[in-house]
Amino acid sequence: MSDLNDELVLTYIQESRDQLAELEAGMLMLEEDPADRANLDAIFRAAHTIKGGAGVIECGFIEQFTHHLENLLDQLRGGLLSVTPALASELLRAADHIAALLDLLETGAEQLPEALAAGDAELVRALESHLDSGNDTAGAGAVTPGMGSPDAFESTGGGVVASDGWHISVRFGRDLMRTGNDPLSFIRYLTTLGEVVALETITDALPAADEMDPEACYLGFEVHLRSGASKADIEQVFDFVRDDCSLHILAPRSKIAEYLDLINELPEDTMRLGEMLVRCGALTSAELDAGLEAQRMLEADGEERPPIGEILVAHQAVRPELVEAAAVRQQHVQEKKQQEARLIKVRADKLDQLIDLVGELVIAGASAQLLADRARVPDLKEATSEVSRLVEDIRDSALQLRMVQIGETFSRFNRVVRDVSRELGKTITLQVTGGETELDKSVVERIGDPLMHLIRNAIDHGIEPASERVAAGKPEAGSVGLNAYHDSGSIVIEVSDDGGGLPIERIRERALERGLITSGDALSDKELANLIFEPGFSTKAQVTNLSGRGVGMDVVRRNISALRGEVEVHSEPGMGSRFTIRLPLTLAIIDGFLTGVGSASYVIPLDTVVECIELGQSGQTRDYLNLRGEVLPTIDLRHNFELPGDPPARRSVVVVSNGRAKVGVVVDRLHGEFQTVIKPLGNLFKHLRGISGSTILGSGDVALILDVPALVSTVTRNESAQLVRQ
Amino acid sequence: MSQLVQAKKAPPVALEEATGANQHLTFALGGEMFAVDILHVKEIIEYGAVTEIPMMPVFIRGVINLRGSVVPVVDLSARFGARRTVVGRRTCIVIIEVSDGVVDQDVGIVVDAVSEVLEIAAADIEPPPSFGARIRADFIAGMAKVEGSFVILVDIDKVLDANEIAEIAAGDSAREARLPPAAGEDAAAGAA
Repeated sequence: MSDLNDELVLTYIQESRDQLAELEAGMLMLEEDPADRANLDAIFRAAHTIKGGAGVIECGFIEQFTHHLENLLDQLRGGLLSVTPALASELLRAADHIAALLDLLETGAEQLPEALAAGDAELVRALESHLDSGNDTAGAGAVTPGMGSPDAFESTGGGVVASDGWHISVRFGRDLMRTGNDPLSFIRYLTTLGEVVALETITDALPAADEMDPEACYLGFEVHLRSGASKADIEQVFDFVRDDCSLHILAPRSKIAEYLDLINELPEDTMRLGEMLVRCGALTSAELDAGLEAQRMLEADGEERPPIGEILVAHQAVRPELVEAAAVRQQHVQEKKQQEARLIKVRADKLDQLIDLVGELVIAGASAQLLADRARVPDLKEATSEVSRLVEDIRDSALQLRMVQIGETFSRFNRVVRDVSRELGKTITLQVTGGETELDKSVVERIGDPLMHLIRNAIDHGIEPASERVAAGKPEAGSVGLNAYHDSGSIVIEVSDDGGGLPIERIRERALERGLITSGDALSDKELANLIFEPGFSTKAQVTNLSGRGVGMDVVRRNISALRGEVEVHSEPGMGSRFTIRLPLTLAIIDGFLTGVGSASYVIPLDTVVECIELGQSGQTRDYLNLRGEVLPTIDLRHNFELPGDPPARRSVVVVSNGRAKVGVVVDRLHGEFQTVIKPLGNLFKHLRGISGSTILGSGDVALILDVPALVSTVTRNESAQLVRQ
Repeated sequence: MSQLVQAKKAPPVALEEATGANQHLTFALGGEMFAVDILHVKEIIEYGAVTEIPMMPVFIRGVINLRGSVVPVVDLSARFGARRTVVGRRTCIVIIEVSDGVVDQDVGIVVDAVSEVLEIAAADIEPPPSFGARIRADFIAGMAKVEGSFVILVDIDKVLDANEIAEIAAGDSAREARLPPAAGEDAAAGAA
């Protein structure tokens, strides 16, 4: 496979995963509201896109499978089938299967392994079985447009459009001209059947000149044909290219429903409503002009400008149903375009490169300002400080680019809640709020697993069985909530449930059993509840396959700590529990406290700093201080890092809290708060303890970031080792 | 930090094979001439603004800020078991690209002075002596004859092997083996 192809396949996989997410979301909605036509269309579009792409990259197994899915969806769309719970589950399984196929494609496989192939065949059979039963039972009730009895539509309230003649809507395939055909010859041939009253050329698919392939056909036509020929005759005109174009033929005086279908299937472009109807042949240009004229006159009278659709209806030029359908469609197209315009996909490494460059710019700007200060030219100084300010703004915006909304991660859990609650026979809804809250992409990627565990836990342990809920006077359906918001420089994610709350007494017993607490300990309910994060802690008597093995909560806490975040639980007996996760907004930047020792600079993470005090008279031999009656052990950085030079007369101590214990770090100078962009030190320093990374100061110098807990353990170990040796 | 020389890429492979010659950057270290394959060399910068990293072996000078990236700097002389390089007017940092097979990393090496880019034919390269060079034999890729004298071709991948250096840094032995810094080093570093 060539590089170009690889690139194409990767793009396809990525885009298909997006489509698949949409597909799945749509399928879940379908279950709730089977009648939502727009949703069904969206599902169909997503499936179709996946299938189409598979054809382009010549991935046979995805194309074949999605083809079966598409068939089924098409019947749903046509009203031949109705959504049953069994069918909905089948559809979701099909979505899962496509995901598996995409994973397989990513590994570069060209054939299905046996296990997947068996699943594939079985799913296809399941889907087909729905198709068959659909044909048997629904066939009499619903009718596909254009092929059933026309009377069926009359009763649904549709009238007959006044236009006479056939309406032909054709979009030629891209390869039309390559196969030796010419669009014009088809139009010419049509004239042999009757009179072409009106012809609109649809050029919306035409790309910009430099992207256009001159051998490809991008055209489509809307033709109004007055003819006595039969539908079969007209279809025959396009026989040569039937497989390679999309063709719709509406009979003279067609039913409104058929026009509605046509409008829905038109390619997406933001043509004005009036033009759209003209193109469909539902009304003439003259009718449109008259409508526009009426609109202008109303405006001149100073009245509010009514939409053109209303005027046309008032003039009885078109039927209201048609106007509405076209307006809805126009709105859809516009919304979609707007969304597309708001989003650009960028490779993450490009973004990282930009942020690196901006970092260099910040440093270069700082040194320029330093020089300007030295030059003592007021104008120059002013100009450079303006540049520095702008550069800082750019840095902030660049970092902002890495921020993504958490909503996408949240919506994944709809499926989890659905599947897990079914498995357990509970009715549970997921309430998502704050999905627009933004946080760093690298954090989002790593928060998924802990959240998944908390949600499964809430469903399994939190929400009581329906009978218990009813007995407690609560609604039968349980509810699990996901919420996110920003709070003073960090992001807070809450997972809550309205279940029974944590069994505090059982936790106490269990903790006593495990020796985590002693019977003498006076712990508040909150402290007890947070014991569930201790390793190997589970109170559930019975282990289910979801949770209860006691390996969950401590893993959750460890994962969250790895993101420099924390988690705690708040529980109300009988009312439910709430897990609160607090995370830093980004992993690339921390709030630091900048200190200096000799010529070196050290950054201490600000969230660990408790206070700063002045070091008393030097010359003492023991490394501890009296901090308001407390013994405060201290670490002298100059001594520990073996830095050259003599300490200054006045030194400071930064009091750092390391979990429960406090430690003093002795430094020469305090520089204050510093926004620290973390630069990893690389694998040469991977065994280095006590220093977690580096950062670049405004002056261009490198400062080191202290890892105080690691430093404390190193110092402790060294000191005891030394004492033992003596 | 001005760039003295922007390293040129070696000629295309075909040419190289035809002549059997490879371009090498030669540099002085403690009065001796050394050479390193130019394909490893990214750029050469003036010595300055090295931030020391505590608790590291003596041959790790520290890190520098290379246009926004933090790059470790190795004192080649100390790595070869001699004294630390005394920083002078012509002291340079040669930025070398090394790969441990997984990731590429830039590492700077401190040299007394860079001299020139030489084309050395394969026929002019002798195998390293088993002893007598007073440098670990696996650090030497070969001995090149240039104008009647020998130039030591450095196997830079071995010298800057990240795993080995990290192991040394982890072991306490490194701290005990720490050599006294060369006299006047700090003053010279301040002047640079």
